[in-house]
Amino acid sequence: MIEISNVSKWYGSFRVLHDCTTRIEKGEVLVVCGPSGSGKSTLIKCVNGLEPYQQGGIVVEGISVGAIGTDLPKLRSRLGMVFQNFELFPHLSVMENLTLAQVKVLGRAPAEARDKGLKLLERVGLKEQAAKYPAQLSGGQQQRVAIARALAMDPIAMLFDEPTSALDPEMINEVLDVMVRLAKEGMTMMVVTHEMGFARKVANRVIFMDGGEIIEDAPTEDFFGKPRSERAVQFLSKILRH
Amino acid sequence: MGALDLSFFTWDLVTGYLLKGFVFSIYLTLIAMSGGILFGTVLALMRLSGRRWLVYPAAGYVNTMRSIPLVMVILWFFLLIPFVIGRPLGAEWSAVITFTAFECAFYSEIMRAGIQSVALGQAAAGSALGLTYGQTMRLIVLPQAFRNMLPVLLTQTIVLVQDTSLVYAIGAYDLLKGFETAGKNFNRPVEAYLAAALLYFVICYALSYSVKRLHTRIAVVR
Repeated sequence: MIEISNVSKWYGSFRVLHDCTTRIEKGEVLVVCGPSGSGKSTLIKCVNGLEPYQQGGIVVEGISVGAIGTDLPKLRSRLGMVFQNFELFPHLSVMENLTLAQVKVLGRAPAEARDKGLKLLERVGLKEQAAKYPAQLSGGQQQRVAIARALAMDPIAMLFDEPTSALDPEMINEVLDVMVRLAKEGMTMMVVTHEMGFARKVANRVIFMDGGEIIEDAPTEDFFGKPRSERAVQFLSKILRH
Repeated sequence: MGALDLSFFTWDLVTGYLLKGFVFSIYLTLIAMSGGILFGTVLALMRLSGRRWLVYPAAGYVNTMRSIPLVMVILWFFLLIPFVIGRPLGAEWSAVITFTAFECAFYSEIMRAGIQSVALGQAAAGSALGLTYGQTMRLIVLPQAFRNMLPVLLTQTIVLVQDTSLVYAIGAYDLLKGFETAGKNFNRPVEAYLAAALLYFVICYALSYSVKRLHTRIAVVR
């Protein structure tokens, strides 16, 4: 469904992505991990064209992301994205956050968008918060709203860019629970995260990045069982120690 | 000099001399403010667009306007316009256009700071939902930028209220001119100017008080 082939990207003369190739099949959950600065966030942002890349290609359901003339807004409306810092719109209520793009991008009727929004809020356990503003919610609640906002667009796949890194520890699980449920329902997901427990539980494959390169790309059991590269072994020993 | 004699301040004086000027000053302020914020926002968006052919003209315009005294812009525009369009435009119209054109340079700097105060992630989130660049700006970034900058925009408007008195240079009939004329006709210039100053003070103080009120209110919302 998502094919990334030989993607390279430079900031000036600094290469942030180097010849990255991987693919995600429909219904698959791919976890991307690696030390900070390894390019994993940049890579996931290339998938929906938030970051341009200079070489290689990314194809999402037959549509080339980097090609001239690609309707990027339309492509992005079909890929849900969840950010590290939630990025809810602070001047809009929770419900307005959920309905805005449904109405403006998909052309749904406001009443229909509200119904959809309420259903999704119920699904992430926040139906009571619909009238509140983002600043009135905890970090974990905000991130669940952000997931609901992305789901409201009926995406064909979901991209998560370190969805729990900005959360207090006690709120991480409420977000991961929502994500686990989503994965079990068959959603195609690409998840940049350090949550290895989550990876073990739901990922089909794990890729490990370092220095802008994909060092490992392996089925989950293999990745945790017998990681091949030295750097992956080191990385895992560091974050799995606790 | 004797004591102040305010007996010439009658209702007839207000309707005959002062009201017309007061209304024009308010009118000029409101037009220059709304036009200034509107065109200022366009200029700010041009400067932030990253496209050279938009950035340079906008930056050039803003920097030029900000480097010339307002009174000279008022005079030049008033004196040059007959050569351009072949007939005089009238002091009032000339003032409205000049003030809008001048103030938008200042409002644009405020809006530019306001837009930059909205985190880049907000625009990314709008784009990621499939909103176009224009929709992201209009629905996500500008409402927040405007709210963040409202106190500063109003502070600039207070300056604007006082600046409107500069239309004396081209003889437009504004608040100050009304008092000046009355003062001359009744031979009470000191009292007239004092009253004018008092009125400017009341207007500006009321505005800055409301800015303060507003500031505490929107600070809670964010």
